[in-house]
Amino acid sequence: MAKDDITKSFKFIGTRPNRPDGFEKVTGRAKYGADISAVGMLHGAVLRSPYAHARIKSINFEKAAKLDGVKAIITRDDFPKDREGEPLKLLENTIAGEIAYYDGHAIAAVAATSVFTAKEALKEIEVEYEVLPHVIDVDEAMKPDAPIVRKNAGDFSVPEGSSPNVASYIEFGRGDITNGFDKADIVKSGLFKTEAAHQGYIEPHACMAQLDHNGQGEMWVCTQGHWYIRQMCSEVLDLEASKLCVTPSEIGGGFGGKTTIFIEPLALALSKKSGGRPVKIVMSRSEVLRATGPTASASMDVKIGMTKDGYLTAGCVEFRMQGGAFGGSPVSEALQCAFASYNMEAVHHIGFDVLANRPRAAAYRAPGSPMAAFAVESLIDEMCTDLDLDPIDVRLMNAVAEGSKSSYGPKFKKIGLIETLEATKEHPNYSIELGANQGRGVAAGYWMNHGGETSVSVSLAEDGSVNVSVGTPDIGGSRASIALMTAETYGIPYDSVRVNILETGALGFNEPTHGSRATLASGKAVYEAANQTIAEMCRRVAKKWQIDPDAVYWENGYAKPAGPNAGDFTPISIKQIASEMDQTGGPIAGHHESSIRGVGHSFGVHIADVEVDPETGRVTVLRYLVAQDAGRAVHPSYVEGQFQGGAVQGIGWALNEEYVYGEDGCLQNAAFLDYRIPVASDLPNIDTIIVEVPNPDHPFGVRGVGETGIAPPLPALANAVAAATKVRLRSLPMSPTKVLKALKTGNDGC
Amino acid sequence: MNKIHVKTNINGDQVEFLADSRETLLDCLRDHVGLTGSKEGCGTGDCGACSCIFDGELVSSCLVLGVEAEGKSIETIEGMAGQEDLHPLQKKFIEMAALQCGFCTPGILVAAKALLEKNNNPTETEVRYWLAGNLCRCTGYDKIIKAVMETAKDIRETA
Repeated sequence: MAKDDITKSFKFIGTRPNRPDGFEKVTGRAKYGADISAVGMLHGAVLRSPYAHARIKSINFEKAAKLDGVKAIITRDDFPKDREGEPLKLLENTIAGEIAYYDGHAIAAVAATSVFTAKEALKEIEVEYEVLPHVIDVDEAMKPDAPIVRKNAGDFSVPEGSSPNVASYIEFGRGDITNGFDKADIVKSGLFKTEAAHQGYIEPHACMAQLDHNGQGEMWVCTQGHWYIRQMCSEVLDLEASKLCVTPSEIGGGFGGKTTIFIEPLALALSKKSGGRPVKIVMSRSEVLRATGPTASASMDVKIGMTKDGYLTAGCVEFRMQGGAFGGSPVSEALQCAFASYNMEAVHHIGFDVLANRPRAAAYRAPGSPMAAFAVESLIDEMCTDLDLDPIDVRLMNAVAEGSKSSYGPKFKKIGLIETLEATKEHPNYSIELGANQGRGVAAGYWMNHGGETSVSVSLAEDGSVNVSVGTPDIGGSRASIALMTAETYGIPYDSVRVNILETGALGFNEPTHGSRATLASGKAVYEAANQTIAEMCRRVAKKWQIDPDAVYWENGYAKPAGPNAGDFTPISIKQIASEMDQTGGPIAGHHESSIRGVGHSFGVHIADVEVDPETGRVTVLRYLVAQDAGRAVHPSYVEGQFQGGAVQGIGWALNEEYVYGEDGCLQNAAFLDYRIPVASDLPNIDTIIVEVPNPDHPFGVRGVGETGIAPPLPALANAVAAATKVRLRSLPMSPTKVLKALKTGNDGC
Repeated sequence: MNKIHVKTNINGDQVEFLADSRETLLDCLRDHVGLTGSKEGCGTGDCGACSCIFDGELVSSCLVLGVEAEGKSIETIEGMAGQEDLHPLQKKFIEMAALQCGFCTPGILVAAKALLEKNNNPTETEVRYWLAGNLCRCTGYDKIIKAVMETAKDIRETA
């Protein structure tokens, strides 16, 4: 395992202090999306389509409007008519126009003095629908005679003769594929399928919004990115962005699903129509499952060539993914991840983004990577079994390293796949003996990570403590990691730093907490901003000492004389500098704005041990190991938490979770009882290994750790089930019914 | 509008509110009493984020009507910490990073406290099954289970 020397010189990074927001979160005081109310506030409720695809012939809300307490009713008529491109898609998904495109699509919304009145009003709205043919399955939607979801939805990239439901097409690769397969001793191909899964954050979407007739407004909302909310709401409602102030609440999970808008423009429009009264909308769980943004479902063909020694010679994939009625499946990312872990001379990728009568897909943790991993890592495992090769050894032989040109283009800088594979192989879990009906599965996963637009400020308080202001909501402990990096930069105690998450008016544009970027990007920006203040403090001390600013350096919270002046002056503490600020030039603050570059590519390797009950088909996870390169684990407990949480979401996707549709195209399991995410009694402990191969482009070596962990569980569990049963499942989830059928008939589920 | 006058005891305080007969106890706690620590994750008793103690019994407060609180004694997350210090479970959850987003945390803490009051020496399996009605999507439960086990150990050692 590559722990480099820098680790030893850190004072705070790598320690595990209590998170700064822990007290509020264990006492119930932290305010989430639905926890805020205002004087004069109205309650909003949304009428949703009961059909998968229907023309809206008329909406009559006369009776509803007459109910006592109803203050505003909105339909698509209350929104701008001139939107185009992405803003039009956002608007269409926010509230249907002429056509409802999926079960749960918003049709109208009501604001009333109580939740009950608003819901009663919904029942009084009369909508006349003309039901249209629908399509749910991605392969069905690809057929030439499939029901058309939206006319003229295909962009310039779509090949002639494609189904009208193909929204975009992507193709790339390198090397001589035919030659690559010729070099192989075995060539294997397979069809793999995954069903849509939901992020399953426990906090339903909630917001409180206020909008005046002059276009000035405010919003309180649970979101991963409030600038995105501001931008999208402004585009949908034709507002000036700077006039809308968006404040993020604490956020009860997001995993990518809270990076876009759903109810937010409705709350603003209802507020405006009711004379500027604040309007709160809180989604029910059923609304969350029906009408937010689950991930795509996928149908994937894979073909791989391997020598008898285990070298990968060539690989082809064709991925078809439906991302709902407006396109936007993560097929491009899936293709980029497909072969990213391996050195392969010849690779070819084809992808189709396909429309279906389902809600518009949103991001879900490493979007696209889990499906790609399921297809590719399963097939590699099948080949390892055929050739009787160790699955970790085969991955080690083919693993990308520093200098490798990735399967989708970029050349890797320093990366830690080999170190991660080695750590996994050495872990005791890999050699524990298994019993009857038990099997072990190995799989790797990749995510490219993301930097993104970032704006932060840092200011010195009058007592020498430090305020850090960032725009990335804290979704899993980032206040702690940012405070640790700040403390490290200044050399002041962790407790002397307070990290605040500010509203949209207080900083420049910030992308959301997405792409595993909060600790990486806000941390890098805070480091730059803090160093500005350190330079300013050194300048002021130099003036006091009447020496050149370059002759003053900063160490452990003190300005110290350097070089020839060393020993001439007593070092001055940050506390003292702060207490004299008013006489030395006023407040001391730093800020940094940029599109953060230098992300560190992230690799993980998982080992799953399972037992399959031959009578019921139930798969029990016996033990589970996650090894992943964190670059640098700023707060190791929260890094482990990301590994464990990602793994369990992947386990859920592999074993239980799926969107189940009826023949009518309506979602049949829109509740937590039926959309079953893993519960504590389903799981063992999730063992972790934090591998640290520092990212050379980050001041503290951070790579970003949030997303990779969800990709390997899908294939790791499929590989473990295959090892336990000698039957290969190529379709997820591996529910007891499907496993039992496979045991009886050998059917792979596709 | 026919509202019902409810007198109850919440976290040791006498509380009165007017409830619509359709409102759940969770609605009343959040909207009438201002105790928003109990969360609604599902409204159907599946997620446990609204867990409260109702006359000594662990309940999902989204499945109890607000008017049922009449004359009863209710404990919520807001009543868990002492005046001087946090409850040992609260402290341990922070120390062991047993929360990420924190949304499920109040319900899990209330449920875990109920367990440890019945049994301060649970096995890991017992903890996992006791908390099987409390969904957490962030942590994979690992650190939650370990924090409850560690707290139980501390409680036994100091008893």
